Amino acid sequence: MIRRFDQDIIVSLIPEGSRVLDLGCGSGDLLIKLKQKGTSDIRGVEIDDRCIAVCVRKGLTVFHGDIDEGLGDYDDASFDYVVLNQTLQVVHRPTLVIEEMLRVGNRAIVSFPNFGYFRIRGYLLVKGQMPKVDFLPRDWYDTPNIHLSTIADFKEFCRTRKIAIERLIGLRSCATGKTVKRFQNLLSQVGIFVITAGREP
Amino acid sequence: MYVLDALPQTHSYSFEALELDCGRTFSPVTIAYETYGRLNAAKDNAILLLHALSGSAHAGFVNDKGEHGWWEDFIGPGRALDTDRYFVICSNVLGGCGGSTGPASVDPATGRPYGLSFPVITVGDMVRAQKHLVDSLGIRALLAVVGGSIGGMQALQWAVDYPEAVRSALILAAANRLSAQGIAFNEVGRQAIMADSCWQNGDYYGGIPPRTGLALARMIGHITYLSEESMHEKFGRALKGVNGYHYRFSEDFEVESYLHYKGSRFVERFDANSYLYITKAMDYFDLPDLASIKSKMLVISFSSDWLFPPAQLKLLVRTLRRKRKDVTYCDVQSSRGHDAFLLDVAPLTELISGFLENVAGQL
Repeated sequence: MIRRFDQDIIVSLIPEGSRVLDLGCGSGDLLIKLKQKGTSDIRGVEIDDRCIAVCVRKGLTVFHGDIDEGLGDYDDASFDYVVLNQTLQVVHRPTLVIEEMLRVGNRAIVSFPNFGYFRIRGYLLVKGQMPKVDFLPRDWYDTPNIHLSTIADFKEFCRTRKIAIERLIGLRSCATGKTVKRFQNLLSQVGIFVITAGREP
Repeated sequence: MYVLDALPQTHSYSFEALELDCGRTFSPVTIAYETYGRLNAAKDNAILLLHALSGSAHAGFVNDKGEHGWWEDFIGPGRALDTDRYFVICSNVLGGCGGSTGPASVDPATGRPYGLSFPVITVGDMVRAQKHLVDSLGIRALLAVVGGSIGGMQALQWAVDYPEAVRSALILAAANRLSAQGIAFNEVGRQAIMADSCWQNGDYYGGIPPRTGLALARMIGHITYLSEESMHEKFGRALKGVNGYHYRFSEDFEVESYLHYKGSRFVERFDANSYLYITKAMDYFDLPDLASIKSKMLVISFSSDWLFPPAQLKLLVRTLRRKRKDVTYCDVQSSRGHDAFLLDVAPLTELISGFLENVAGQL
């Protein structure tokens, strides 16, 4: 249930009738919400075969594979939105994934746990150990997260690659859905970015 | 406990004139088939199941001869092809030897079996013959076409050739073309049959069939249906006897004995010429143009399948999704190689029943 509000926010960012590709779609909860809203063509990519079976039962169109394999077979601008919800931190080649998202989609929505959150900073400062908090609960040796970053990191990533940030939503907590307007890198547990390649859509 | 009204029976449907890809018009044609479950009043709950190289129309349940269906665990109430909901049809392919017209059938013009005068057929021809059968049952659109291996090729051909008559296509362990490796294995199998002196240029009916050649073809084929891992698990280097090596060229290892058994069982029920014709149809199969497809598709590969490796199925899926076809893909983790589409009941049932439920729900 921890991911409910980030999903709701992402659904609210995507207009009806959009073509959407969800990378790392899990059991398809976000795709189902989008389907209920009324999108024209929605697809998911997921690496876990048990999740694929769940998605199939829900009637979703999904591809069993690794996001890192790239989206090479899709034409440019095949989708209105490509979503990477809380998955950026586990991909092996984040730059390639983001570039591909922006190529096949007119817009990309990227959300990730914000390592700049004050409790994480405090944890490292006080304990001197890899931070473990409710939204990042795993030990350093037991986590799939290999590319953790902060909201400030991702802003810089976009700036150096001339990626335009259309919107940034700082989420104080996925559980309450409360958003943060100021000091987002300090006060947000999750950052949600809407980005474009900077070209004219 | 589910009790069938009657044991499954093989029916047959005959018709005149089938246009073949080779340019000939072939006549007459008989297609053997079995059905399970009931066709509903709207005639929209029919699933056409397509068998692989060595299969037959007898897919489900146990028949009056005590023979098990080749996909028995997938057919029946509550199973992947739920006979409480769906009407399942399985027919023997054109060119086969399970009741449908093939090289062993009698040519009415000569009163003798066709042998090699039987035309070389394609997967497209097989499907065209099946369409006659489906039409004869008054079914305008199939809820699904389902098949593995060359059955999966047929399912894909159905989706391409009859987009309005196929609501969904389930393609297991098959791609839109056979690889060079697949053609190579088929050719070695055919050469084994044709090198058998009993083969007599295909004209062995009434005499001794080329048992040795056909058994050898089956042994070669069977190796490609397994995986290195499954062979290791099943046999390892286990010896047949307890006394160590024989120091003779007889069966020492369990795996040899298994292959011999598979080969000898196969010649009891299969016609060598059918083997030639069906493998040739597989070799010719190549569908580069998938644009006409309208069906919802489920494509399933098996991680240890080296006859139709996951990468090849992924390529098919990538082509389809690039054309914005409604295609779902799953690579089932399995050590059982190509044969997994016959054996991995639990994961396949989950995927297939979930998929069909949604297709049926959209009616």
